[in-house]
Amino acid sequence: MHYLDHAATTPMHPEVWEAMRPYALDVFGNPSGSHEVARRAKNALEEARERVAATIGGEPGEIIFTSGGTEADNLAVQGTVLAADDGGLVTTAIEHEAVLESAAFLESLGREVAVVDPGENGIVGPAALIDSIQPNTALVSIMMANNETGIIQPISELGALFRSRGIDVPIHTDAVQAFSSERIDVGQLGIDMLSLSGHKIGGPKGVGILWVRRGLRVEPVIHGGGQEMGRRSGTSNVMGAVGLAVAMELASADRTRFRRRIATERDAFEEKLSDLVPGLSVTGAGLPRLVSHSHVRFPSLDQQTALIRLDRAAVAASAGSSCASGAANTSHVLLAMGMGVTEARTALRFSFGWTTAVGEGEQAAQVVSGAIRGH
Amino acid sequence: MRVMVAMSGGVDSSVAAAMMVEAGHEVLGVTLKLWAGPAGELPTAGCCTVSDAEDARRVAAQLDIPYYVLDYTEPFMSEVVGRFVREYTEGRTPNPCIECNRTVKFERLLGHALELECDALVTGHYARVRRDGDGWHLLRGVDRTKDQSYVLSMLGQAQLSRTMFPVGEQTKQETRLIAERLGLRTAGKPDSQDICFVGHADYRGFVRARAPAAVVPGPIVDPTGAELGRHGGVIDFTIGQRKGLGMAFGTPRYVLDIDASTATVTIGPRSGLLRSSVEVTNMSFVAGHPPADGEPLMVQVRYKGDGAAATISSRDDDWLVSFAEPQPGIAPGQTAVAYRGDEVIGGGLIA
Repeated sequence: MHYLDHAATTPMHPEVWEAMRPYALDVFGNPSGSHEVARRAKNALEEARERVAATIGGEPGEIIFTSGGTEADNLAVQGTVLAADDGGLVTTAIEHEAVLESAAFLESLGREVAVVDPGENGIVGPAALIDSIQPNTALVSIMMANNETGIIQPISELGALFRSRGIDVPIHTDAVQAFSSERIDVGQLGIDMLSLSGHKIGGPKGVGILWVRRGLRVEPVIHGGGQEMGRRSGTSNVMGAVGLAVAMELASADRTRFRRRIATERDAFEEKLSDLVPGLSVTGAGLPRLVSHSHVRFPSLDQQTALIRLDRAAVAASAGSSCASGAANTSHVLLAMGMGVTEARTALRFSFGWTTAVGEGEQAAQVVSGAIRGH
Repeated sequence: MRVMVAMSGGVDSSVAAAMMVEAGHEVLGVTLKLWAGPAGELPTAGCCTVSDAEDARRVAAQLDIPYYVLDYTEPFMSEVVGRFVREYTEGRTPNPCIECNRTVKFERLLGHALELECDALVTGHYARVRRDGDGWHLLRGVDRTKDQSYVLSMLGQAQLSRTMFPVGEQTKQETRLIAERLGLRTAGKPDSQDICFVGHADYRGFVRARAPAAVVPGPIVDPTGAELGRHGGVIDFTIGQRKGLGMAFGTPRYVLDIDASTATVTIGPRSGLLRSSVEVTNMSFVAGHPPADGEPLMVQVRYKGDGAAATISSRDDDWLVSFAEPQPGIAPGQTAVAYRGDEVIGGGLIA
């Protein structure tokens, strides 16, 4: 069995699971109460918040715990744009659906939304984003690295340009895919909001964060008891927050080693696969790319057939984008990069992660190549 | 054998999959995504909806077989839906299920199954496949009330040699009993009766929305050509139709003819519906060759019913079906299927 779909999700680190266990049966309180049981839970939540903030160079009061990356994106996009009277949004065509569907929702409410295309290489140019900014633009949202292709976007360059030109518009970045391998320091990046998700980094599913720079107002999307300083209601997921904190600490501490190890496997995978499959194209080769991602296009192979063959060969991979039914979708990211539908449908995404074994890259390439040919 | 089962989420295909598993085959379950909502999602009404795919997925899990959803929205749109709309605007009455079987299921999906090293494609249709010294035969299903051989009449030797219809060997009642015995969640699910992409909606609205320019008003005339009234589009009518003519008469009136080129609908008495022969195009024969000239057969010109005694003979590039007794309500665009007893001889399009 080769699990090459870490970009979809990852198993929890054993340490994360161990750290979470006490919160199921023992420290089970609702942090919003006024008794000792509640206090213990509240303390754990706030300690988790501090630990999370520390891993990204932010302050505890800037952390909003959410149910995951999708919710964080929804909150970032809707929460800032709707907080501004006539606010509009500038975003990119390669964003995750959580951002693009939130943008579509804003449009349906009558707000202006500009969607900037990447270049053919999959990178969105800062100039193109800046050109789209209007007087009423309330937010620019651009992901740190694309979840399908792994191609890294020029976030700190954008932040620096905004500063040097005195552009006042907040920048949100979805860093869900990037956290394991890319260093995140919100001060250095020059951004104003950041989305992260637990289950992409060996943490639990159902929890994530939106980091919001102090002073930036965000209207809640989820209304209710006023938790998270009125910005995100709902009984706090203490267990999830604790698990997330541990996962983020593990990822930060291990980053250099992780990058080296995973890059080795990913590169070995691509080298071997290119040997075995003539005509293979690697998306984003030579460009800044996440070390975890190997997005390839097979010459004249339908991705649906390929995925079934891979599944029969016990290889878990992805077409990069799917619909609720599980059928593979034609990727909006690849289409935005100027690829035709036929070519986009030959694309497969293989992604490596913390459970990838040494030597697995090359091994997996053999199995993948054999499976694709129908052996 | 390794087989692919096309699972619609209904009880018939669920049981077909179960029977294949019980027979010891390696089974892959697939659902075809044929139709997408505006944002590309599965529809929530009609057939093959998100919940139907979920039902199929759950049954696959109960049977412990792998399950995939295949996106066939593009070919379905061009080959089935596009054709459906075109046929109506040209004054004919299409049967999209036959086109879907012809192109999407037994050409593309069958090809896909073979490409994935499957030995056969299995569906939940009520029909039977037999093989003897003369080759492959397609027969009506055991349960005459559920027989679907009519919509499978386009199959030939190549397809039949790679197709299996396990539920065709039993009654619908027996199929449901198997589903209950196995505790399949679809055991009590009612059958879908509508065209899968139209659902409960009316086909007229569907066609109008997709070909507004082609739906032109015109005259309703009697057989002499005298104008009796006006209509809002030939797509609202089908040959043999009695209701919805927009006017009342002493004796019943039926749609006798539809001429899309002049947007004229001709109505008249039932006697005007009777035809003793009909031309059939694109005829295919299961055996790969036609039956003997003049052999007495039964020909069905619609899905339901036993058909009527007829013979078929070739005429130029097409075929002529000659009925022993004149038949009413023969609608161009429908399929004529010839039977020898329970066996399908072949089928073609009524011109």
